[in-house]
Amino acid sequence: MALDKTEIEKIAHLARLHIGESETEEVTTRITDILALIDQMQSVDTEVVEPLAHPLDLVQRLRADAITEGNQRDKLQKLAPASEDGLYLVPKVLE
Amino acid sequence: MEWETVIGLEVHVSLSTKSKLFSGSSTEFGAPPNTQASIFDCALPGTLPAFNEEALRMAVRFGVAIGAEIGKRSVFDRKNYFYPDLPKGYQVTQLDFPTVGKGSLTVTLADGSEKVIGVTRAHIEENAGKSLHEEFSGMSGIDLNRAGEPLLEIVSEPEITCAEEAVAYLKKLHTIIRYLDISDAIMAQGSMRCDVNVSIRPKGTTELGTRAEIKNINSFRFVEKAIHSEVARQQEILEDGGRIIQETRRYNADKDVTTSMRSKEVANDYRYFPEPDLLPVVIDDEYVAAVKAQLPELPDARKARFINDYSLSNYDAGVLVSNRELAEYFEIVASSSGDPKLAANWVSQDLLGLLNKNNLEIADSPIQAERLATLITRIKDNTISGKIAKTVFEAMIADPSDVDAIIEAKGLKQVTDSGEIEKLVLEVIENNPAQVQQYKDGKEQVIGFLVGQCMQLSKGKANPAQVNELLREKM
Repeated sequence: MALDKTEIEKIAHLARLHIGESETEEVTTRITDILALIDQMQSVDTEVVEPLAHPLDLVQRLRADAITEGNQRDKLQKLAPASEDGLYLVPKVLE
Repeated sequence: MEWETVIGLEVHVSLSTKSKLFSGSSTEFGAPPNTQASIFDCALPGTLPAFNEEALRMAVRFGVAIGAEIGKRSVFDRKNYFYPDLPKGYQVTQLDFPTVGKGSLTVTLADGSEKVIGVTRAHIEENAGKSLHEEFSGMSGIDLNRAGEPLLEIVSEPEITCAEEAVAYLKKLHTIIRYLDISDAIMAQGSMRCDVNVSIRPKGTTELGTRAEIKNINSFRFVEKAIHSEVARQQEILEDGGRIIQETRRYNADKDVTTSMRSKEVANDYRYFPEPDLLPVVIDDEYVAAVKAQLPELPDARKARFINDYSLSNYDAGVLVSNRELAEYFEIVASSSGDPKLAANWVSQDLLGLLNKNNLEIADSPIQAERLATLITRIKDNTISGKIAKTVFEAMIADPSDVDAIIEAKGLKQVTDSGEIEKLVLEVIENNPAQVQQYKDGKEQVIGFLVGQCMQLSKGKANPAQVNELLREKM
């Protein structure tokens, strides 16, 4: 399966990655190569293999429903570029 | 051309756990912004999720209540998208292996008929934070208190065919969730939200039309109106030879229209993959059986019991069980007064009327169940008439004292003393010679007028049966 330039641009946009004009061709080739490897893997017969959700053959441990975290707002907002009235400020986003 | 509507609903319910889905932050409603957002909720590097067992139990509780298949092994996935109120850059949800599989619920429609509506699945996921766009010049404010709160997303089959069915389904879901005590499910506060998928197709065809998804509707009434307005929009487009675009829309209640939010075809590619930070969640049959054993009596079972044990009508029973607190209130009144029928009337008419008029919940009722039961007892033992009882009921709203004390203080006790009634009767006979003559001439229905006069004279306190009897005797 080969990808074209438009698809690469779309994937880059979804991942919020900037790929310069000069890089697009190289990235396209490399992702196409990866997909070729996946194609090769697809040819393996996996009929009797359970889908793997996690590499560790373990089961999730559960946590009791208790409040263990307090208010850390002041500490955390010191790390933020901008905050006001207890809110984190970010460049305006509107749908 | 005739069209038919196909509706599927996605309902998000905030599970009422004390702490968040994957962190120990509080989920208390209404805290100052970002005071309930830990380093994990803010997505600081190196933090890891720890799954809340209560969220799992609540999801399974819902599943067994709707007779659903329970996923013995559920797997969390990452749904990737960028938005500032989702600091991790992905929402943890369950894509292929949800905790709750196929189930169904039965709704009762206005004409009394019942319909079974399938539930495709219900999965556990985390909520996003809140973005505030208005207050900060050129900037958006982000509150992460809600980020990471547990949600159960309940997806219906596309088996709903009109707005009325959609609302009936939502109300039933709401009732069940409240019975299960797994969420407040208050639409106005966002603890229950609804996305509506609507499409139309030529009547009689089976292929689904292109759908529009109306996001985040926050009241039952708006769901109904949004569906009507969206169906009309789609019909107009198709009848003009146009085509429907698959997209997300928003309902504008002021203008009663839906408007486009963004085109789903282009933007939405969530690139799901299994969440590497969480292992599969495995539960066994004993776990499910234990949850099932703790289920309360559910609305359908309670309704059947009310009809059987209390001889209530299907309609009355339906009204009373639609709200768990109301049903419990009714049961206290019914058993304490010993008259379920009278109790049903008073609760579903007078009490509900009072609460609706003042926008009150059962818990805030100025008249508690035991007091209403005493009032009914006083009707039954002839202390007061049914009519005077309405006056006492009114007085009880403002006056928290004992029912008997109110009756006594206001002098509302029914007059059953035959001497006093005789006085009334004689006075009425004396003052209405014309009507008395008519009665004597065989005009039987005049008795009603004369009884009315006696009742008025006694300010409603005379026992009407005794008045009737004495009037006939004295004339």
